[in-house]
Amino acid sequence: MSDLQLEPLGQESALVAPAGSRARLLRRVLRDPIGVASLVWLAVVLLAAIFASLLAPYSPTENDLTRVSTGPTWSHLLGTDALGRDLLSRLLYGAWPSFSGVFVAIAVFVAIGVPLGVAAGYLGRWVDALAGRFTEVFLSLPGFILLLVVLTVFGNNQNAAMIALGFLGAPSLVRITRAVTVSVREEQFIAAARVFGLSDLMIIARHVLPRIRSTLIVQTALFSGVALFVQSGLAFLGFGPQPPDPSWGGMVGEASERLTSEPWQILPPGLVIALTVIALGLFGNVVRDVVSDTWSHSQAMLLRRTRRRSPPESGAAAGDAFLEVHDLTVVTGEGEERRRLTRSVTFEIGRGETVGVVGESGCGKTLTSLGLIGVLPPGVELDSGSVYLEGEDVTAMSSDELDRVRGKRIGYVSQEPTLALDPAYTVGNQLSEAVRRHHGLDRRQARARVLELLQMVRLPEPEVVARRYPHQLSGGMAQRVCIALALAGGPELLVADEPTTALDVTTQAEILALLRELKGETGMATLLVTHDWGVVAELCDRAVVMYAGEIVETGPVGELFARPKHPYTAALLRSNPHLAVERNGGAQRGRPVKPLPTIAGEVPRPEALGKGCAFASRCAYATPACREAPIALVSLAPGHEVRCTHSEKVEADVLEGASAG
Amino acid sequence: MARVILRRVFIAVPVLFLVTGLAFVLVSLVPGNAANAILGQLATPEQSKELTRLLGLDDPAYVQYWNWLKTLAHGSLGQSVIDGDEVTDILNSRLPVTLTLVIATTLVSGLIGVAMGFYSALRGRSGRIADVVTYAAIALPSFWIGLTMVALFAVQWRLLPANGYVTFGVSPSDWAQSLVMPVAALSIGAMTGIAVQTRDSTKDVLARDFVRVQLANGFSRRSIAWKHVLRNAGSAILTVIGIHFVGMLSGAVLIETVFALPGMGQEVVTATSNHDLPVIQGAVLYFTVLVLIVNLLVDIAYAWLDPRVRVR
Repeated sequence: MSDLQLEPLGQESALVAPAGSRARLLRRVLRDPIGVASLVWLAVVLLAAIFASLLAPYSPTENDLTRVSTGPTWSHLLGTDALGRDLLSRLLYGAWPSFSGVFVAIAVFVAIGVPLGVAAGYLGRWVDALAGRFTEVFLSLPGFILLLVVLTVFGNNQNAAMIALGFLGAPSLVRITRAVTVSVREEQFIAAARVFGLSDLMIIARHVLPRIRSTLIVQTALFSGVALFVQSGLAFLGFGPQPPDPSWGGMVGEASERLTSEPWQILPPGLVIALTVIALGLFGNVVRDVVSDTWSHSQAMLLRRTRRRSPPESGAAAGDAFLEVHDLTVVTGEGEERRRLTRSVTFEIGRGETVGVVGESGCGKTLTSLGLIGVLPPGVELDSGSVYLEGEDVTAMSSDELDRVRGKRIGYVSQEPTLALDPAYTVGNQLSEAVRRHHGLDRRQARARVLELLQMVRLPEPEVVARRYPHQLSGGMAQRVCIALALAGGPELLVADEPTTALDVTTQAEILALLRELKGETGMATLLVTHDWGVVAELCDRAVVMYAGEIVETGPVGELFARPKHPYTAALLRSNPHLAVERNGGAQRGRPVKPLPTIAGEVPRPEALGKGCAFASRCAYATPACREAPIALVSLAPGHEVRCTHSEKVEADVLEGASAG
Repeated sequence: MARVILRRVFIAVPVLFLVTGLAFVLVSLVPGNAANAILGQLATPEQSKELTRLLGLDDPAYVQYWNWLKTLAHGSLGQSVIDGDEVTDILNSRLPVTLTLVIATTLVSGLIGVAMGFYSALRGRSGRIADVVTYAAIALPSFWIGLTMVALFAVQWRLLPANGYVTFGVSPSDWAQSLVMPVAALSIGAMTGIAVQTRDSTKDVLARDFVRVQLANGFSRRSIAWKHVLRNAGSAILTVIGIHFVGMLSGAVLIETVFALPGMGQEVVTATSNHDLPVIQGAVLYFTVLVLIVNLLVDIAYAWLDPRVRVR
């Protein structure tokens, strides 16, 4: 908002309010002390402006040449100016020109910005294109100068200038309103409203406007600050209310002439302008924060150097497995809002072994894999637990120690290959950075190694790919590059978080084949997060089945497929399309295929978990006892553990179903 | 790259016509007033009519505009109605002062603002107090900051000259001294605005997948921050610096008045008081061209920062 530029800044991160009543928004703003303070200040100033004639102790233009430039006294609380006029009275009377100017500007700003923005965003096509041109052209105008032109033409008429200001500010509101409207338009319920035959105007009035309301409030608050700035700037230059009538900016101008003798006179009007602009800005800020509270967290924590942590008290002695995840609990939120997203996850990975982590979305699979390498997303943190890599606790390591683990001993491949690479640098540049860091190679050696890596992930024409930018790669190619990046340090363990989910079916199969081949070539262990049993069957030695943040069953893959012991595992297997086809007799055509069973219900949210078994609400075997107390994970055979008291029955039913089918 | 530049030039043409045309339309909305404005309240209707005819103000707006464009094609912007000087001469003599002020302010506020915002984003949470302080800095009007500085540094402590401008050629040290307070006054708001944008867009980039992937694969934290995050946040930061540059052109009008700097802003204010339309019209053109040049530079910088713009 500095320097009278006409575009409120930094507020474009789209703010679409969750549908809610106006009262709720106001109440939440009032719960914030800064929100209250700014609203109180604005109310006080506005009331002062309206009731100036009642509140002011003197007339604003009344000269008293016996009391010139007195400084604060009891009869003149803010002192008097060079003509003996009471400064407090002038300040009170000067508020109205400022506010009326701001109101005029806001009225024009909203009257143009909102309809055009909504129309552009909602109707799209040529309306949108036209509005886009319009805003682009208008945003290149030197606003303040044009205001001066307007003032010349209209003979120092403040209202004309403020109307022009509204026009000049409107394009930025058009742009922002358009952006939020577009994101609202894409939502399901708008489509539904259309199907119900509501007219466009009705849809806009009932569904679009309420959702973009908070954005409009924020923008209008910020623009009001700009308008007040401009109004006082113009008044300061002498283009506002003409002397002897008071205005805030004019008072700064008058005081500036007495800067040598009474410098303190510039304080009252300057501070009043500043406080009002601050109040408008902070009010906008509070509304924005109330609407989207995603602000406060950031991944920045991860970039900081950290010290070694003392190992958690539970610290069970490390076993002799290559990687041992022990009691991993990941949480989010603070105080009463604290939720456990994974609960005491414990499993092992042997050297060269491939372990799958399976479950529906929201079961904590990804968080487990991220927690393992200490890169949890913003707002999520490790509560307790340890991850032993050959006996050393990774979670207790300092950032310098982690540098020797990440990339070098554990590589990581994420879900969305197109987002996993830095769009600003070429593939070659990024891979080269990784190999130079891990192996301390010089530029030439690094280049050769990069080409080797690209060949290793079966990319044809490695030289060409190395010169490409991420946006020039297909999803499959990008995922191969990501795998190359993870392999750059020659890790002993690869953590792959749903590496094929974002890809099309053919590419999925290719990436899976690649992972299997790499496993054979390098002998590295792999932790594979997936919801696809086909992937598990193809690649994994063992699988860990997770439900609602905890492990419900773990065992060798063959064993799990043949004899699942947890009702959730059994249900997941039944609902898998590939396996269902096999069970139905695969190639026997013409035979009616049984409809694919699905698991009714949803994974409970962490805050909705009861005392007992998390799956009980969706389980056909559940008894009252299941809901009363937590069920322990018990070992039924070497390496096969299950968290269910009805496991024998489940297994029996599965075996019976298989022989019957 | 050529596409980017062409596109900008393509937009520049309508903008220039629009801005200059707009000024003419505004003038034509109030027929006769311009001559009255020049002659003042006491002019007789005959005098007014005569001047109107002399200035060509009784022609329709489009004829006036066409005539203005024709003189423009000859490199002239007409003459000041007050003293008859060539508008281009007046503005050319004042342009360097404004450019010095605005460029120095952009450098100062850009460097410090980006550094502050980047540091604050990397440190993680920024408290509410920081928010309030930031808003306070943004909310103080630059002309008021300027006056307060004069009261303190020039009047009270006599460290710097209160106002006036010395050209670099005359005395580099006096030149620098005469710029310290104007640049500082104009910088504070822009600096905070740039810092806030830098902090927000850095935070956005920090939350992106590729940062997590790089971290998980052992990239050095320094490289992630300085090579990868900063560059990806760069486009948004540049946009905001460009917008602030435009804002500073407006702010310069006020700051030049406060510090009596003989720049374009001061000239515009004088011309506005005198209703000297040719000068104002010329200044509008100069300012618009400056804005267009800055937009072009920002676009070129985008292309340099972001291969998706540059490479297809």
